[in-house]
Amino acid sequence: MSLGPHLLLAFLEGTVSAFVLALTALGLSLVFGVMRIVNVAHGEFFMLGAVLAYGFSSLVPGLPALGFLLALILSPLAVGAIAWSADRLVLARLNYNPEATIVATIGMLYIIEQLVLTIYGPDAHPVQPPISFRILFPWFGYSGYKLVVVAASGMLLLTTWYLLMRTRIGLVMRATQLDRETAQNFGIPVARVYSLIFALGAALAAVAGVLVVPIQQAHYLMGLDPLLLSFITVIIGGLGSLRGTLIAAFVIGLSDGMFSVFFSGTLSKIIATLLVALVLVFRPSGLFARSAR
Amino acid sequence: MSGQAFAVAALPGADRRPVWLHLAVLVLLFGLQFVLPAYDHGNVTRIMILASYAMGFNLLLGYTGLMSLGHAMFFAAGLYGAGLPVYYLGFDPFSAFAAGVAAGGFLSFGVGLIALRTSGVSFMIVTLMFAQACFLLTLYFNGITQGDQGLVLDLSAWSWDVGSEDGPLSLISPPIRYNLALLLFALCLLVSLLLVRSRIGRVLVAIRENEARVSMLGYHSFRYKLGSLMLSGTMSAAAGATYALLFSYVGSTFAGIQYSILPLLWVLLGGQGTILGPLLGTALMFYLVDVSSEYSSSYMLIVGVALVLLVLWFPKGILGTVRQKWLPWLP
Repeated sequence: MSLGPHLLLAFLEGTVSAFVLALTALGLSLVFGVMRIVNVAHGEFFMLGAVLAYGFSSLVPGLPALGFLLALILSPLAVGAIAWSADRLVLARLNYNPEATIVATIGMLYIIEQLVLTIYGPDAHPVQPPISFRILFPWFGYSGYKLVVVAASGMLLLTTWYLLMRTRIGLVMRATQLDRETAQNFGIPVARVYSLIFALGAALAAVAGVLVVPIQQAHYLMGLDPLLLSFITVIIGGLGSLRGTLIAAFVIGLSDGMFSVFFSGTLSKIIATLLVALVLVFRPSGLFARSAR
Repeated sequence: MSGQAFAVAALPGADRRPVWLHLAVLVLLFGLQFVLPAYDHGNVTRIMILASYAMGFNLLLGYTGLMSLGHAMFFAAGLYGAGLPVYYLGFDPFSAFAAGVAAGGFLSFGVGLIALRTSGVSFMIVTLMFAQACFLLTLYFNGITQGDQGLVLDLSAWSWDVGSEDGPLSLISPPIRYNLALLLFALCLLVSLLLVRSRIGRVLVAIRENEARVSMLGYHSFRYKLGSLMLSGTMSAAAGATYALLFSYVGSTFAGIQYSILPLLWVLLGGQGTILGPLLGTALMFYLVDVSSEYSSSYMLIVGVALVLLVLWFPKGILGTVRQKWLPWLP
């Protein structure tokens, strides 16, 4: 293949990973923005989404589309419920102390990973894509399912945006983010909002996990990469800024796609990791955030 | 002036109890090697090295109040800094150890200069990111490090005649291993003890409690924090170098995130900001995992549950609680 098709392939791959990353990172950003805590177990919620998707979709053998749809609805709900109880049982009791919650979510990471390993086993399992359709370019065929991923992620991003900006629940969330105490004084049940946000953040990661599983296979160790990439995204985008997170997700997803087609994936990860650490050091509010809060 | 007065007031010079306690622990560890069965003998060797690593971590977390999530990079700097010269350049163990320690010193200086510009959660994430970059580097230079698979060092040429019936003992024979590990542990323990009882140590604790006030008193808090990070990183590297030399193995697993989390767990369990906490935490956790792995392989579950329970109900750890309730003089 010559340069043109290579670029096209890199662009397509980059777009798919950008949309998946945007969903995952949005969850992390939401939790950080409103609750001011860093959720290290975020990648495990992604992984749980994928693994549960395998479980749910195998309930309906022979009908990949139906099984997948079932997984797409049930997995995020289940993961959200798990996250909700984790928040009630652990994080709320820590009073959302930033450093203690990091330690606690590291603990959750290990607990979830081990439980999945014990119950689900160490093997990677594939899930059949709901549609089997290939787009034929002159140089290569491209999986049509990946475009479904893009469309579904796009719709979910829009829905989340609508939820946050145009509904009453979103207003309550934003008020809590802006000033927790004043919100409380106005009768907003801050504790419940926090649990809801934590569950919503986990559910977003889980949706991303479900969408990825027909491409990547579900595996108990698959959570680490999305976690680090989400960290990178959220930091570059500006801690707590949702718009910045989305922009950063596209920059990183696309450049990741380009890099791994043209260069070594490990090298690009090393450079990205170092760059992000430096961004956090020298511009703590992120590259795209308008002002630090 | 104020610094001097502060130091004198904080140091009860007459109190020798901490010194005796820690010497007693060292004597106990020395004596243990003659009574332990072979299996536990090996375990205690490993625990002493890992506890030295945890002690290095604790200098930063417990006494300076900085939580690093990337200490594996310092441990790995010692590991590779000592291991690679042995493998490729035929260094003798002592030069290799020195190289490992130097690698840790330089790395912690560089990382400190950059990472210490942040604090709190940002510091944790920046150190995590740096450590992840180091881990990826060990994979990227697969041709040199062999990545996950790692390198096995050949140290058979190094042996000592200590008058044993079996002839000279090699570097990796159990008694030599045990006593070298004990030497490292004793060194780290004494350095930590001296540091925290000194004026500098008091400044570090003051930074942990209220950095703004320390700066206001005229201390250059950045320099103290950098010094603390360097000592912490160098101590961790010394543990890494010893690990590489005594167990003849160097591999990228030791640079992974897990090895940054483990010292955190050990220190939290034993009690952050106590000298003996790291040893206690490492030993308890080691045996907890060891005993439970006879019944199940849920090693990570124990680590996870322990972290959550500790942070929820036991944030001071064992020795921290002991100090609070019974022994206020515990350093």
